[in-house]
Amino acid sequence: MTTSAITVREEKQGFLPWLWMWLTTVDHKKIGILYLCGAGLFFLIGGIEAILIRIQLSVPQNDFLVGSTYNQVMTMHGTTMIFLAAMPAIFALLNAVVPLQIGARDVAFPFLNALGFWLFFLGGLILNVSWFLGGAPDGGWTAYAPLSTEFLGSGMDFYILGLQVAGAGTLMGGINFLVTIINMRAPGMTFMRMPLFTWTALITSALILFAFPALTVGLFFELFDKVFGANFFNSVNGGNGVIWEHIFWIFGHPEVYILILPAFGVISEVVPTFAKKRLFGYTSMVFATVLIGFLAFMVWVHHMFTVGLGPMANSLFAIATMAIAIPTGMKIFNWMFTMWGGQVHYTTANLFAVGFIPTFVLGGVTGVMLAVPAADFQYHDSYFVVAHFHYVIVGGVVFGLLAGLFYWWPKMFGKFLNEKLGKVTFWFFFFGFHVTFFPQHFLGLMGMPRRYFTYLKGDGLATGNMISSLGAIGMAIAIILLLINIVMTTANGKKAKGDAWGFGRTLEWSIPSPAPEYNFAQTPLVKGIDPLWKAKMEGSHKVTPAEPLGDIHMPSSSILPFLMSLALTVASFGFIYADQSGTALNAGSLIFAGIGVALLFLMMLIHSLKDDHGYHIHKHEIIEAEREAE
Amino acid sequence: MALNQSDINSYLEKQKKRQELIHYFVSFVLMILFTVLAFVAVMLRDSINDYLIAVFIVTMAVVQVVFQLYYFMHMKEQDHGFPTLFLYSGAAVAFLTVISFVSIVWIS
Repeated sequence: MTTSAITVREEKQGFLPWLWMWLTTVDHKKIGILYLCGAGLFFLIGGIEAILIRIQLSVPQNDFLVGSTYNQVMTMHGTTMIFLAAMPAIFALLNAVVPLQIGARDVAFPFLNALGFWLFFLGGLILNVSWFLGGAPDGGWTAYAPLSTEFLGSGMDFYILGLQVAGAGTLMGGINFLVTIINMRAPGMTFMRMPLFTWTALITSALILFAFPALTVGLFFELFDKVFGANFFNSVNGGNGVIWEHIFWIFGHPEVYILILPAFGVISEVVPTFAKKRLFGYTSMVFATVLIGFLAFMVWVHHMFTVGLGPMANSLFAIATMAIAIPTGMKIFNWMFTMWGGQVHYTTANLFAVGFIPTFVLGGVTGVMLAVPAADFQYHDSYFVVAHFHYVIVGGVVFGLLAGLFYWWPKMFGKFLNEKLGKVTFWFFFFGFHVTFFPQHFLGLMGMPRRYFTYLKGDGLATGNMISSLGAIGMAIAIILLLINIVMTTANGKKAKGDAWGFGRTLEWSIPSPAPEYNFAQTPLVKGIDPLWKAKMEGSHKVTPAEPLGDIHMPSSSILPFLMSLALTVASFGFIYADQSGTALNAGSLIFAGIGVALLFLMMLIHSLKDDHGYHIHKHEIIEAEREAE
Repeated sequence: MALNQSDINSYLEKQKKRQELIHYFVSFVLMILFTVLAFVAVMLRDSINDYLIAVFIVTMAVVQVVFQLYYFMHMKEQDHGFPTLFLYSGAAVAFLTVISFVSIVWIS
């Protein structure tokens, strides 16, 4: 075995080689794990912030977190959960699964993939170190101008620069997956044979491509306003704050579909697998996904009904918003028809998928209620809205992600998560979630405003808030159980076969768990939807290969993505400390920023000039590795 | 002297390249002409209606973008389906956004 280059590379022991391996990796499966760790870390931080919010609101006139402190926790909870937990968790699944589902050996741009991860991670760190450097952002996750540009402290600088860096990483990831899915599908995998998760990944990546530039531009405007004294959003000097709202929501609405579409994709994989039936209405599911992606860009004004854009704008955007319920409803019915008459196996992954359906429908129903402008004037900025978006983001995205996590965990790590503990996790999470957020609908209707740090005794809001805070404990227990589960099974878990669940349908289950670094020893030949299931029904264990066994070309690892992200981080800190709120800029900090940018360009130059042809894994090594995995 | 296939192919190849060069030249000259026309239109703003000038300039710009994309960036050739799809869907999204701003959002 020592003759094998694969094992030789892994023979270096010790902490430093291990760290170096993770810092330099360009392997999509390892980057997927990195994304998962990053997302998990920020999910825990955001979760702790959520618990702090619920502690403050559990009793009337509490003084646990007051004023700006509460604003900071509330802002960071939203920002962290959307940009630093949900987005990277989606990229974790995309990296871990999409290349395997389409029969590819890697993503189209492995270097860019690593760069995307490090930009996200360091962007997240920039945001979070603000806690220790003069206070976190406190302008809400929407950072409405001119509040955020003129009236708040240095926290908003961390918000602007941190999101700018993390957003650049996301944009790269989106482009990477677009090219991967379009160009690197295995022979025979036409678009209408792609697994639905890959379809949603494609549409999500397209949405990222079109939506994130709006955020980038908007954040630059805020940066110029805040640091360099520009007047984009300063009405005194002829700017207009409403423009920020438009820019933010032109990005922000597609963003929530960027989050939910992959969750739909996960459900569309988990439900058919554990019902042992092919997905009902595949074509209509694809159509619905594309339609949702298209409509995502036509509804941003429904976040701004109360701005006063007039009845014409409000009603047209209301109708466009309600139209989204149609393709979403198609999906809900298709999942139910998939389960109908199937042999449904209630594994943890499937519990989350089945729990997703009614929960998401509840969030969808309140969504249609909010889409009515006349009614929205009552709901706007109340806890009703808070309940609504937690039902779609937690009840939708997080349920979907947890289903995907339990489903693909064996493929990512080669070991199962404990099913018994997983089911307990599900019930705690499911009931904890509903107990937390269902009362918030009524709190909102009773007049409790969003983002306020307290309420009075006589308001009649005490009972609902207490129930809501108790529910949060349930969700916290669920997440702690999940962590225990991960630690336990990593140490001593049941090993997974290639087709881990025994009734896998798509290509990722046709290779060993965890996938070898070259993914497919031979590129598979795809003859229809669910190629592995088709092969199994024809009495064969393996999908027909499309090529003879041969040497495989692999990209080599590189530290440059990490260093590039580090250079951008240096530049970001330069700009953050250049801001002296109104007075002259700090020249030293600007020079510091310049050094960061120069380092970035130097790194880009090195990457362009250095010829790197990658390396080959030889045929005999592949044969050996495949035999070992049997 | 019989012509063999490779001779025919190289001749066709040459013809194609020459054709392409002519396309480049024609579109380049036309683009310069359009730019000049746009400037001329603005110079004559005392005698022409402002809206007419605006429409004229934008039309010239759109034509130039089409030339740029199809002749200089090879969108007219084969296997450019996806770039085309994404360009047009991006343009459609941007167009819808702009049109909703100028038609329904800012008037009220």
